[in-house]
Amino acid sequence: MAQLTFTAPDAATAILALAGRLDAASLGPIWGEARRALTRNPDRSIVVDCTRVDYCDGAGIALLVELLRAERAPEAAVRVEGLREGFQRLLDQYDPAEFRAPPPRREVAGSFIERLGRAGRSLWLGIYELITFIGEGMTAVVAALRHPRSVRWRDAILVAEEAGVNALPIVALIGFLMGVILAFQSAIAMRQFGAEIYVADLVGLAMTRELGPLMTAILLAGRSGAAFAAEIGTMKVNDEVNALATMGLDPVRFLVVPRVLAAVAMTPLLSIFAVLIGLVGGAAVMQLFEIPLYTYYSEVVNRVQLNDLMGGLFKSVVFGVLVAGIGCLRGLQTRTGAAAVGLSATSAVVTGIVLIVAVDGIFAVIFYYLDI
Amino acid sequence: MGADQVREVVIKVEGLTAAFDDRTILENVSFEVYKGEVFGILGGSGSGKTVLVRHIIGLYEPAAGRVFIEGQEVAAAQGDARLALLRRLGVMYQLGALFGSMTLLENVSLPLEEYTELPAEAIELVARLKLKLVGLEGFEHLMPSELSGGMQKRAAIARAMALDPAILFLDEPSSGLDPVTAADFDQTVLRLAQTLGITVVVVTHDLASTFTICDRVIMLHKQKKGIIAEGDPHELREKSDNPLVRHFFNREPEAETA
Ligand SMILES: Nc1ncnc2c1ncn2[C@@H]1O[C@H](COP(=O)(O)OP(=O)(O)OP(=O)(O)O)[C@@H](O)[C@H]1O
Ligand SMILES: [Mg+2]
Repeated sequence: MAQLTFTAPDAATAILALAGRLDAASLGPIWGEARRALTRNPDRSIVVDCTRVDYCDGAGIALLVELLRAERAPEAAVRVEGLREGFQRLLDQYDPAEFRAPPPRREVAGSFIERLGRAGRSLWLGIYELITFIGEGMTAVVAALRHPRSVRWRDAILVAEEAGVNALPIVALIGFLMGVILAFQSAIAMRQFGAEIYVADLVGLAMTRELGPLMTAILLAGRSGAAFAAEIGTMKVNDEVNALATMGLDPVRFLVVPRVLAAVAMTPLLSIFAVLIGLVGGAAVMQLFEIPLYTYYSEVVNRVQLNDLMGGLFKSVVFGVLVAGIGCLRGLQTRTGAAAVGLSATSAVVTGIVLIVAVDGIFAVIFYYLDI
Repeated sequence: MGADQVREVVIKVEGLTAAFDDRTILENVSFEVYKGEVFGILGGSGSGKTVLVRHIIGLYEPAAGRVFIEGQEVAAAQGDARLALLRRLGVMYQLGALFGSMTLLENVSLPLEEYTELPAEAIELVARLKLKLVGLEGFEHLMPSELSGGMQKRAAIARAMALDPAILFLDEPSSGLDPVTAADFDQTVLRLAQTLGITVVVVTHDLASTFTICDRVIMLHKQKKGIIAEGDPHELREKSDNPLVRHFFNREPEAETA
């Protein structure tokens, strides 16, 4: 254990004697005491007597530096005496005066105006990056369609499997749930008017036009948008994206195009699948209300037109582009460090969902005026 | 230390075989490391130096054989015993392994905060002294990703030394450092070993550093899957009759042996 004794033989001098092991494990209790002994005696010259110190590791040396670094008048100086030679050499590695000032920190923006300016600038840069990215992405996709052999189809197929096929169970689960909830809640209300049969119309239209594509897109954002951002973000952090660039391989063509193409191919299929499962869910509920399966089926088929389905699928394609594109963009924007990858994935999901909702609203208006 | 003294064994490796699936990297390796010495692990790239160190510190389980640190079998230590053991080790990984979301100061302070009762200002000072030791004063508040490769390496060394561990493992500390910094660092290692009695196990390719700091070395070889030489590096360079060893120390291409 470390011990400390403080004695003041006269008005001008004092002795701070340290003894025992000065190491990280035992210094905790006496650190504050030693410092206080110094601050309480600003006018005395102080000798730190280390003759009885048996051991002194980095933390012990730090305590001595702490005592030596305080700024004091010349006649009230602090001296370390009696430290064994080896330990003294460890102490001599440092100049205590160097550690007086706190280590330099990066300046953070000061005034309100300055912060406002910075925020505005970073917002603008964000928009600028987005526009650049959309441009680059479109060029790359068009180039890919004109020269299909330049696309890395193997990557695209792997992504399609991960984002599409492997998403079937969760899409089925949510789709079924949607169908059941929709049918059940509306059936209870409509039964009062003896209009249960119209539940079929409601489930059919809502699923094909809105809920199927919307829900699929949100699931895609949570599963694959986040995955794209994390994958590309990790590559960015590890300099792999730079390695691609210096090999002359365009990261957008190499990383973004296969993912966007795969997502665009998969979202409409997933969306159809969700709609069908939703209708199955609705049918199951209708059995409870004693509507025959065939009646339900012919009602759905009569009510849901081809352009309802096409409208829904078109939205799906757009959602697919948005989600995959944002996932890749956030990945490429990743700064550095492990935490940045997490931030990118989060931001990919949040931005993805916000965009889905906004674009869905725009579609609703357009479809209304075009009377689709 | 006189050679006639009975020296305290801190690390004892007994018949260690290291394998991944069915690929054997090291076979039946045995050696001892004594207290307070600087022990070098040498060998070509891919000869299993990092794998050996990872077995010693218990990250990987041996396929056969045993490793003892201060008399305790590493693989058998569980729970508190294992924590107590790890507490005595400092490890610097070959690629640094700094925490990317923390500043340098926070990286070095982390073990101090977790393991000691020191007040916050004390922890900060200890961490600053460690960073000063590796020449990183003034960079305390930067993130690892804002540093050069060699600076990251030095920060990793500082973090490994934060608690003044009884045994310090360094995986290629001097690669990526300029000659002056590397030489300074050698002196630091020597001072620590001599004054605090810290045992240092260092993996290195740097011949100059080996001759300056290592009391003893072992040399691993990829094809032999084990130790091809053991002893004082100066003696090995002068006297070894193994051409592989002489080539290594004299920095000659291996092809000439044939
Ligand atoms: N986690 C692992 N899984 C499978 N094989 C591994 C693993 N880690 C290392 N190896 C293999 O073990 C062998 C030795 O690797 P090791 O990292 O120990 O080399 P090294 O001597 O440290 O080389 P270098 O000087 O290049 O760092 C290599 O052939 C490597 O492929
Ligand atoms: Mg290695």
